[in-house]
Amino acid sequence: MADTHIGNGFVPSGQLQLGVFFQGVNSGTVWKSPESGSQTDFESFRRIAQTAERGLFAAFFLGEGLRLREHLGRPHALDVVGRPDAQTMLAALASVTTRIGLVATQNTTYNDPADLAHRLSSLDLLSGGRAAWNVVTTDNAWTGANFRRGGYLDHADRYVHAEAFVTTAKRIWDSWEDGAIAETPAASAWAAPGSARPVHHGGKHYTVDYVPRLPRSAQYRPVLFQAGDSPEGRDFAARQADVIFSAHPRLDDALSFRRDIVERTVKAGRGANDVKIMPASEFILAATPQEALEKKNWVRSLQIGPEQAIAYLEQFWGRELQGFDPDGPLPDIDPVVEETSETRGSGFHGAKAKQLADQWRAEAKDKGLSIRQFVSARTSRGDSSFTGSYTEVADRLAEYARTGAVDGFNISPWLIPTGLDDIVNHLVPALQERGVYPTEYAGSTLRENLGLATPVRQDNADTVRLRLTVGEQLL
Amino acid sequence: MSTAANSSTPSAARRGFLALELDGDGGHPAAWRKARHTPAELLDGTRVRATVLAAESAGFHVATFADGALPPAADSLDGRDIPGRLNALQRAAFAGPITGSIVLVPEVDTVYTEPFHISTQLASLDYVSGGRAGWLVAASDQAVDAAAVGRSFVSADGLGREAAASIEVSRRLWDSWEDDAVIRDVATGRYIDVDKLHYVDFASTVDFASTAGAGYSVKGPSIIPRPLQGQLPVLAPAGLLSADQLSAGAADAVLVSAPTPELLAGEIAEARAAAPAAAVIAELDVVLDARGQSAAGRLAELDAHTPWQSSRARFVGTAAALTELLGSVLETADGVRLHPAVLDVDLEELAQLVLPALRRRGVLAPQQPGSTFRNLLGLQRPASRYAAVSVPSAANN
Repeated sequence: MADTHIGNGFVPSGQLQLGVFFQGVNSGTVWKSPESGSQTDFESFRRIAQTAERGLFAAFFLGEGLRLREHLGRPHALDVVGRPDAQTMLAALASVTTRIGLVATQNTTYNDPADLAHRLSSLDLLSGGRAAWNVVTTDNAWTGANFRRGGYLDHADRYVHAEAFVTTAKRIWDSWEDGAIAETPAASAWAAPGSARPVHHGGKHYTVDYVPRLPRSAQYRPVLFQAGDSPEGRDFAARQADVIFSAHPRLDDALSFRRDIVERTVKAGRGANDVKIMPASEFILAATPQEALEKKNWVRSLQIGPEQAIAYLEQFWGRELQGFDPDGPLPDIDPVVEETSETRGSGFHGAKAKQLADQWRAEAKDKGLSIRQFVSARTSRGDSSFTGSYTEVADRLAEYARTGAVDGFNISPWLIPTGLDDIVNHLVPALQERGVYPTEYAGSTLRENLGLATPVRQDNADTVRLRLTVGEQLL
Repeated sequence: MSTAANSSTPSAARRGFLALELDGDGGHPAAWRKARHTPAELLDGTRVRATVLAAESAGFHVATFADGALPPAADSLDGRDIPGRLNALQRAAFAGPITGSIVLVPEVDTVYTEPFHISTQLASLDYVSGGRAGWLVAASDQAVDAAAVGRSFVSADGLGREAAASIEVSRRLWDSWEDDAVIRDVATGRYIDVDKLHYVDFASTVDFASTAGAGYSVKGPSIIPRPLQGQLPVLAPAGLLSADQLSAGAADAVLVSAPTPELLAGEIAEARAAAPAAAVIAELDVVLDARGQSAAGRLAELDAHTPWQSSRARFVGTAAALTELLGSVLETADGVRLHPAVLDVDLEELAQLVLPALRRRGVLAPQQPGSTFRNLLGLQRPASRYAAVSVPSAANN
């Protein structure tokens, strides 16, 4: 039994929320199944978003594409490739959904703060207060080759830069006074004079001198998501984010991650419950445990086919390995590169290639694994996947809710566009029966539905605190 | 383009299209004072939905969405007129799934926005609208837009060069996936055919002596498969792009302004001569008699609050006279873009009186649900520029 004590004044809500991540470009989506639909047609996005909303999901997520992944110097051919711009797609989904949150992954290195803040504001207003920003911080020149600014940022600077960027965005979102806009067309002016402040920022990497064009939304400003898991990433999230979705899915890991985040959040001067945790995860469910296991094997076989298994090793060997049998042992030849370079645009790179190859060969031999089995084990979301019958998984999830280990899960469906159907039709009712899942949306904004407090103005915190202590309960 | 559009029905009258600008509460800066909603309601999805659906049901073929910094009156933050505006491309995207025939054309700046982002966003707009997207190219001449992104101010000829470079990047990125690049071949395990994806390797030739690092390059390929239309139609204001750029096909349509309605015909002819392959769209401000009030009286009342300064020809009068004018302009122009003084008032008059009369005359192109913007302009869906060059190399393999 895991130690479930969290401390620092944290109070478990006993509830879970769900989000859905429409996957773009990794091996998780089973495109080889006959049921698999288009990855770019609007209908696929509409289908998933509306199904999620039927299941009272809090949020619909999209990733961001800035450069196509490469394999041995060419675009990677084996997995899903190509995806729409996140905010454009979410703006379209805003008109055909009414309650679900719309989360756009957007990079702080290849966007301009004023432009990005304005577009997120637009999405927030268009959707009636349902927008969120998943803040990411890529920093390489390879991605930068598609942008005017190039790869101008040192890796060590990325969180410093990201924090300046986010702070500037928050100031832009806070720049219009509440109640600035006239209540009637008969007023003498559209907005009260002086009710919107220009925002200036002068920093190491950029300057911003901007007249904000939009008021605050029904949820005040977009919700911030973050996934960085390094100590710097965790501190950044503790200071700035509303929701973290790093994956620490095993209950004991999830509890210790929660303890760590609560500690950092409190140290940053925020409340113990201010940052929600919704790890990314995959669900493989069926009516019985046995069927679910069979389904999992089938899904894995489609996610990592023979070609994917070989290609996976090629990234680390730096050479073609087409002659090797996917069902045989790992290649006995050595890598031709000094350092590994996993498919450009994702994951880690820079490990010592020969050392890694030796280590993997030993491990595979030890466990008696073929190339395919080895790669499947390495790439599976083993830890972050929940496999089982609906009731079994619902019981496990209820335990997460009870302990407060997480506030919910971000589900990556392995099938587009019907991959949420069984979750919404079977798992959600099972969670509702256990009293750990909402039976209706709490409100109309994402912030309300996630149970987040109204943010305090970046530039006017004292005034707002005063108003809160007088008029409402201080949160 | 006009020849292709009209050659199939040589005996019929020319059939043109009508575009409507949907920004704010109308073209007039004081339009908000005559709007039928509270000021704050302008900046939400409900308003975007209402206006674009009204435009579609009125029979407009195209909706445009202005963007960028607002007029100088707003810069002072005196708040007299509207200082707020939602991002144009997102408004167009929001309208995509809820409309069925109207073409959606956001204005997008080319000078201070990242070309890679613009290209991807516009391609995505084409997907969410079922191939009904276009791009109204803008080149901001406002110092405030440069300051917002911390870049040096670009002016004069630099604007046209930036615009042309940005258009070129987008066009190459839209072509960077051949149409049949996604193969989903289970037998070989390949989702795409890598031979049908192309690096665009664009290097900006823009050279601003005063601007360190103003040149840039874009590697490609695009992050999204080729847009449904292959290439989105690109609209540019006449005068922005050079004759060379126009003859190289940078724009599919040019927007023409004249000081008065009478002078439009001459400007249209000039634009036609400068860019024979491009469609010509005439710009027109419109104030109509409405609700028992004369157009001139309405305009005077609005102007008393804030004068309406515009570089476009302006029609002020009755619906019948506007119908005559539009009928005659459409004899030479391929389309007309209307900027109504007050959307809530003038759009109603246009819908009830002007468009039905023009339809009866047979001068309007039919509205075709599910049809693309390229269809409306009479443009073929082009092959990817890279598809042609890849054929010989494939033969060599």
